[in-house]
Amino acid sequence: MLGNGIIKGLAETARNFFGSYVDKERLTTVQFPEERLPQIEGTRDFPFLVYDGDDWEKGLRCVSCHICEKECPPKCIFIEKSKDKKPDAVGKLQFYPVRFDIDVSVCMSCQICVEVCPFDAIKMDVEFELSSDDRFGGLLHHKDKLAKSNEYYHKIHPTEAAAVDAALAEDREKEKEKQKQAAAAAAAAAAAKAAAAANPPPAAETNTDASSKEETK
Amino acid sequence: MSVLTEVSIDTISQPANDHLHGDLLEISMGPHHPSTHGVFRMNIVLDGERVVKLKPVFGYLHRNHEKIAEHETYLGSMPYTDRLDYICSITNNWAYALAVEKLAGIPVPERAEYLRVITGELTRLQNHAGLIGFLLQDMGASGTPLMYAFREREKILDLFEALTGARMMCNYMRFGGCRRDLPSGWMEHAQKVVDGFPRFLDEFERLLRTNEILMARTQGVGIVTREQAINAGISGPMARASGVNYDLRKVDKYGIYDRFSFRVPLGEHGDVYDRYMMRLLEMRESLDILKQAMRDLPSGPIMDPNTKIRNFRPKAGEAYGRIESPKGELGFYLISDGGPNPYRYRVRPPSLINLTLLEQMCLGHNVSDVVIILGSVDIVLGEVDR
Repeated sequence: MLGNGIIKGLAETARNFFGSYVDKERLTTVQFPEERLPQIEGTRDFPFLVYDGDDWEKGLRCVSCHICEKECPPKCIFIEKSKDKKPDAVGKLQFYPVRFDIDVSVCMSCQICVEVCPFDAIKMDVEFELSSDDRFGGLLHHKDKLAKSNEYYHKIHPTEAAAVDAALAEDREKEKEKQKQAAAAAAAAAAAKAAAAANPPPAAETNTDASSKEETK
Repeated sequence: MSVLTEVSIDTISQPANDHLHGDLLEISMGPHHPSTHGVFRMNIVLDGERVVKLKPVFGYLHRNHEKIAEHETYLGSMPYTDRLDYICSITNNWAYALAVEKLAGIPVPERAEYLRVITGELTRLQNHAGLIGFLLQDMGASGTPLMYAFREREKILDLFEALTGARMMCNYMRFGGCRRDLPSGWMEHAQKVVDGFPRFLDEFERLLRTNEILMARTQGVGIVTREQAINAGISGPMARASGVNYDLRKVDKYGIYDRFSFRVPLGEHGDVYDRYMMRLLEMRESLDILKQAMRDLPSGPIMDPNTKIRNFRPKAGEAYGRIESPKGELGFYLISDGGPNPYRYRVRPPSLINLTLLEQMCLGHNVSDVVIILGSVDIVLGEVDR
């Protein structure tokens, strides 16, 4: 019969319409600004800088190595390296970024900076309400705006942050171990030197010590 | 100044009894016409309401993708490939990763291959769901089918967001594997979506498959014959709707597609209705592949451990990697001179090549048919113009 297909289709529409009152599956929209869907854990949008501890200027993990700046496909990161070194969260002397800017209007949220960062210093944020009435200055984020605490990172990406923390803790443990060994080696070297001052030394040994120390750095 | 300098009316022979037919009318459709897909323009010459000449004008969305890629590192081009066919970024990533893997001889671990198939087929599902929604919207079925289709598509995009971090710009593949392993609970969620999908397909078929208006508007419209399709190099669902049995998943068996059993639906008439049905049928086959892949997913590494992410320099040579993207054969042709960026980078976009027959398809039909014929080709201008 002509019109059969149309009636069938309309029945389907009616089923959906009435179903939307009882079935959550059929009514999937939410009233956005008032209602929000729960955040999906893996979500990413723009990068931010992680810092440890309470003071963002002291705890910034970034050591200004310029790798993310070089690898960024649209070149939206601008870094200026410091001349001096400051102690980082674990007390080791490091360079730090005097200037670290990300142009959010250029960034395409590809996450390559996160992948290439060897220090776990840059991570992806989930903050998307970034609109600004100043389209140049307002979208160029400086490091004071980019710096966010490790606790915040844990809040937005719990699983990933836990894994990163575990890896960092392991690295730091190794670092400490190495420092201890280096200190022990230095002490041994000093002792050897002291001993050598008394007796003429084999010069090569102290040299290898020094180079191995260089490597641990 | 006439917009139709190249398609002057004088070049078209006027019908013999001129006084009966009246004047030819030239119209410029687009580039902002909402029912043309993206910023695409067609200069159409009409005799009454009948199309006698059609000239596609593209390039409005040209973003210099290929040249930019020649100045980027190999990895740096990966997020740009997302933006070619922005509806299905994962298959773009896959084709590019495949080309680079061929170029550099990188093996891909088993689990990563399965993840690629799973995400790739999900991409096909959401592309086809979106396409039939848009196509019916073009035909004047305002809103309803599009909303139904997008409701399902959104579930798949949620899966992508949980896995890759973004709904559309996934940037998921890497040379020698995938970027991220499945987060906990993803598989259960995906299983639910895949199991619920046939219900949507049934619903959709009930809604419109036998609808008389739809059949009247689409059957016999925009016919591409088998010979035309082969001669023009048409690929993907559009070629298969014309009866060309050509599916790279069967022909090339790239990745691990030889392990799955699935059928390739074929059309008979090559009209808009066949192309529409082709998408519905292909979704069912994709679901079959998904079920098998999700059942067999092995554990193991997801990245080849020897592939560096930085300072990646493949040895000099050339490679062409191609896959069956939801729109057709998507290929990347790369020439390396041993440097950190490709010497030549070329994309074979299925949308552009499928569009080459647009005039032949439209001749003799109405303006309203032009819209649905264009819709049934399934183009994304990001890929056509690059």
